[in-house]
Amino acid sequence: MNTEQLMTLAVNKNGFVFDPENGISYTVNETGLFILQKLQSGVTKEEIIDFLTEEYEVTAKNAESDLDHFMAMLKALNLIEE
Amino acid sequence: MKKHYTAPYIERNSAGNLNKYAHTTVVRHQDNIDGVPIKNLVEKYGTPLFVFSEKHIRRSYRRLLETIRIHYPKVEVVWSYKTNYLAAICNIFHQEGAAAEVVSRMEYEKARSNGIPGNRIYFNGPSKRKQDLQLAIQEGAYIHIDHLEELYLIENIADELAIKPKVAIRVNMDTGISPMWTRFGFNYENGEAYRTVQRLVSGGKIHLAGLHTHIGTFILDPNAYYWAATKLLNFAQTIKDNFGIVLEYIDMGGGFASSNTLIDQYTPGELASPSLDQYAEAIGAAFNASIYVKEHNPRLILETGRVLIDESGYLIASVLGKKNLPTGERAVILDAGVNINITAWWYKQRVLPTKPFPGTYQNTVFYGPLCMNIDVIRSAMPFPDLYYGDTVIISPVGAYNVTQWMQFIEYRPNVCLINETGEVDVIRFREDLSDITSREFIPDHLRQI
Ligand SMILES: Cc1ncc(COP(=O)(O)O)c(C=O)c1O
Repeated sequence: MNTEQLMTLAVNKNGFVFDPENGISYTVNETGLFILQKLQSGVTKEEIIDFLTEEYEVTAKNAESDLDHFMAMLKALNLIEE
Repeated sequence: MKKHYTAPYIERNSAGNLNKYAHTTVVRHQDNIDGVPIKNLVEKYGTPLFVFSEKHIRRSYRRLLETIRIHYPKVEVVWSYKTNYLAAICNIFHQEGAAAEVVSRMEYEKARSNGIPGNRIYFNGPSKRKQDLQLAIQEGAYIHIDHLEELYLIENIADELAIKPKVAIRVNMDTGISPMWTRFGFNYENGEAYRTVQRLVSGGKIHLAGLHTHIGTFILDPNAYYWAATKLLNFAQTIKDNFGIVLEYIDMGGGFASSNTLIDQYTPGELASPSLDQYAEAIGAAFNASIYVKEHNPRLILETGRVLIDESGYLIASVLGKKNLPTGERAVILDAGVNINITAWWYKQRVLPTKPFPGTYQNTVFYGPLCMNIDVIRSAMPFPDLYYGDTVIISPVGAYNVTQWMQFIEYRPNVCLINETGEVDVIRFREDLSDITSREFIPDHLRQI
């Protein structure tokens, strides 16, 4: 997984995300923001699932499937590459 | 304590060129009904707009009849008015040869005004008043008795009019499914139905022509029909043995499920609902195993409603606005709500865009225009981003909506029919203020404000 594009994003703590390279902005919700920040700090998928289940009322299984879905969204938005 | 969780979500803010980022396009959209472009329908008739397909209605009726006939040839499918009693819709079924099944004075009058003679009307329901029964009996209708008071009333009328009314007894029974609709008719297992026949016969004033049941609606287990038919046929045999009466017909009511998906059902209705053939086979198995049937060849009647019309009806609605919900879901406000689409409370209806949309999907909830929290047309489903004025098409909505719709806040919309050659007629015109006020009266002292 190539997260280079992701590293350049400016992420504010209200969930406003700005891409300085092309001027496009995004909105993420609280858990989306949580995951983006973890991805930017370079942790693995497994670690993110652990963080999520520690912080939130969610099972590892659900967190994993949501994370996969979220990664797919990021991919669709060209923010990460396979 | 851990924090409340919602699924992670990201959305691009600009409404610019989504295409550049779209790796998926909407796979399915519906831009026409029977070849008539939705755009044209919307331009001409506005939204919300109900649209029915005559071609599909006729095809459904013929398919049901043919399917049942494979298993039992002596069958009659009568049109259950309450499912959809717009005159044009009823007349399609009547042209196909269907008699009428009604449950009230209003429906009875409607069938008569559609040109159906009394002797082709089956009169069900728990609420027939004396005047209703007098009229129906005079005109030769079949009365399906729901309770004992009705039986006594019919005897009185028989005396008054010196007519021997034709009736059936409505029977309820255990067919292995729940809920059991025990509030209608007389129970089979506890002998109530038998005692009612005994009482009817001893009165000597009424002609017992048939047995009737309606075990429920949207029945997902075809076997229930096997048990219902078996019990009614056994009962018919008992009536023959004990009273020497040979019945003309066995009426199995309605209840077949359409391809809609119930709210709490996980599997889509297209997969979960039994096929017509499964229902036909269940009823046929009971009929063909019955000695009573071999000897007396009774007419099988079906009062099928929903499955004959649900898929033939569509509702086109326009987007009035949208918002982001705190849950991360997108909410779209449509101009059609549960006021005209009552069955949205029972089903997860299909909602489709009317043109292809590039872009990614978001979980989208569809709300109607009413100022009420209950006005939800469809709970969250992945959907492309819609904009003001875009249209969506909601289906199946052909059953029970244009009868159960309510006059609340909004005018009821145009209803169109696309005929077999693709021409479009309005079969019920959009209401205006006069529909709301024409029955009102303002006392003198309230005229001046
Ligand atoms: C007596 C009777 N017959 C027929 C029907 C039609 O049922 P469905 O639309 O489920 O086929 C109903 C509906 O409730 C009914 O009450």
